[in-house]
Amino acid sequence: MRVPDESVGTPSVSPSAGLSDYAREVRGRYQGLLRRRMGLLGLLLALIVASVVLDFSLGPSGLSPSALIRTLLHPHHVPAGQGVIVWQIRLPYALMAVCVGASLGLAGAEMQTVLANPLASPFTLGVSAAAAFGASLAIILGWRLPGVPDAWVVSGDAFVFAIGSVLLLDMVSRRRNAGTGTVVLFGIALVFAFHALVSLLQFVANEDALQDLVFWTMGSLTRATWPKLGLLAAACVVVAPLSFAASWKLTVLRMGEERAASLGVDVPRVRRGALLRVSILSALAVSFVGTIGFVGLVAPHIARRLLGEDHRFYLPGSMLVGALVMSLSSIAARNLLPGVVIPTGIVTALVGIPFFLGIVLRRRSMG
Amino acid sequence: MEGLYCEHMTVRYGRRTVLDDISVGPFPPGRVSALLGPNGSGKSTLLRALAGLGEATGRVMLGVDDLTRLNLAQRTRRCLYLPQALPAMVHLQVLESMLAAQHATGVVPSDVQGDEIDAALHMLDVFGIADLSMRYMDELSGGQRQLVGLAQALGRHPDALLLDEPLSALDLHHQFAVMEILRRETAARQIVTVMVLHDLNIAVRMTDYDVILREGLIIAAGAPEAVITPATLARTYDIVARVEKCSRGLPHVMVDGLR
Repeated sequence: MRVPDESVGTPSVSPSAGLSDYAREVRGRYQGLLRRRMGLLGLLLALIVASVVLDFSLGPSGLSPSALIRTLLHPHHVPAGQGVIVWQIRLPYALMAVCVGASLGLAGAEMQTVLANPLASPFTLGVSAAAAFGASLAIILGWRLPGVPDAWVVSGDAFVFAIGSVLLLDMVSRRRNAGTGTVVLFGIALVFAFHALVSLLQFVANEDALQDLVFWTMGSLTRATWPKLGLLAAACVVVAPLSFAASWKLTVLRMGEERAASLGVDVPRVRRGALLRVSILSALAVSFVGTIGFVGLVAPHIARRLLGEDHRFYLPGSMLVGALVMSLSSIAARNLLPGVVIPTGIVTALVGIPFFLGIVLRRRSMG
Repeated sequence: MEGLYCEHMTVRYGRRTVLDDISVGPFPPGRVSALLGPNGSGKSTLLRALAGLGEATGRVMLGVDDLTRLNLAQRTRRCLYLPQALPAMVHLQVLESMLAAQHATGVVPSDVQGDEIDAALHMLDVFGIADLSMRYMDELSGGQRQLVGLAQALGRHPDALLLDEPLSALDLHHQFAVMEILRRETAARQIVTVMVLHDLNIAVRMTDYDVILREGLIIAAGAPEAVITPATLARTYDIVARVEKCSRGLPHVMVDGLR
């Protein structure tokens, strides 16, 4: 039915006289844009490295840089206390901040795209609240999953509820005629339901358990351990490439669900895949460090402003922005007040919000 | 048989039957066809069912090919439905949105010399908006986004293009310009183009094959002069209308009132 290509190539319009010159200019500008975005991603990466080094170097024990390097290189030839500080505290905290930020940033970015809602994030749609409920079951009622070692009980319970909440969101999104608005409203209902349940448990809790729980819900990187860090990093390494592979489809989905479908994108399948990835990353991150969901809302917005919505850049950008915000928050959490580690969840919000408002309220967007 | 046609098509939304065992077409290649009818008559549903979006029973044929045997990605490559909703106001440059549409299901081979950027610019130029290529979608007017949507669709080189009210966001100048472009490209590419239209005068003047629907049933199908008549308009829209020749001898629809 289609006419041979050569007759279609010169159809109709003769491309306006200057089109080839214009094409050259556009190509130059587009390639410049791609280069600038690669540059921005590189810059973000460099800032993360710098921030991790700073996060690692600063701390109340006042170890000198040479002592830190010696401890890193020869952990067995330094005083035991110094080794513990470097290897069991500083390093896992600093790296956990990056992994948690990257996970939540990517999870938030995919959620905002597949639910077509700028308010979507693990924090606003109930994943954090569900995790908090799981944690409160463990802390207050001592409820535990069978076979879970002691060190993992709170995280394990939190994980089960967090992943359950995303699966519920997914079920709702699969219902016929469930628009993205329905899913978001359902997520908000989850937030309130789990908050109420947590409050109920707090009401019946004894004083010690209550204190533990309140501290847990504030979110803190001090819960980082090497096994948890390893698990989260592995999840990132497995999940992120799958997300990146869906970049084009997700970009098309941003132009409208019906339009994406008409261009051949299997929208329900893309959405399911994204929600599955989101559930793994956000549930792990939140269950390990507590309620630090805010970065999942903010990082995608910042990445969108910096890098546009081509998901080949937006997704990794959101990961990197999330990691950077978390790492900076981690520095602030441990150094803002001398001798006190402020829960990171609090600092994330305090550091993230001005950053966020500054970028969102600036009218002229770059790209 | 040439062209796009369907046989025994039934579409239900829950318990409501929107299209009941209808057979329509063939919509001829190289020509622009229109679907006419009041709101809720099943025009969009028919277009979507032809494109394979949503659940429908029946057979859709494009020439000798049974489209219902293809998977969604293959089928949308052959037969592309363009929704009425405009492309969303995303922070994406027009050129990027064209490239993304190209990549949605693997890159579609181009029919112009050069790479995908050349192809995208060529297609934007067809619709007269090459100068918008580096602008962001969230800075464009509704009409401009509509033109980008059309360029995205045609840029995938479908064999059939199904357009749901493509003129609704456009001003008078652009309505006529887009109709001219679509007629020209449809003829040059020998594709099937079917569009939902509300403006009967555009249908009667600028389309070659019209189908009128009411409540899921085909009221009339054929050449515009044969289909758009006072009798069918009365049956379809419950109006009293005349179709008269204007001073240049072209048909014109005038509505005198309700029936």
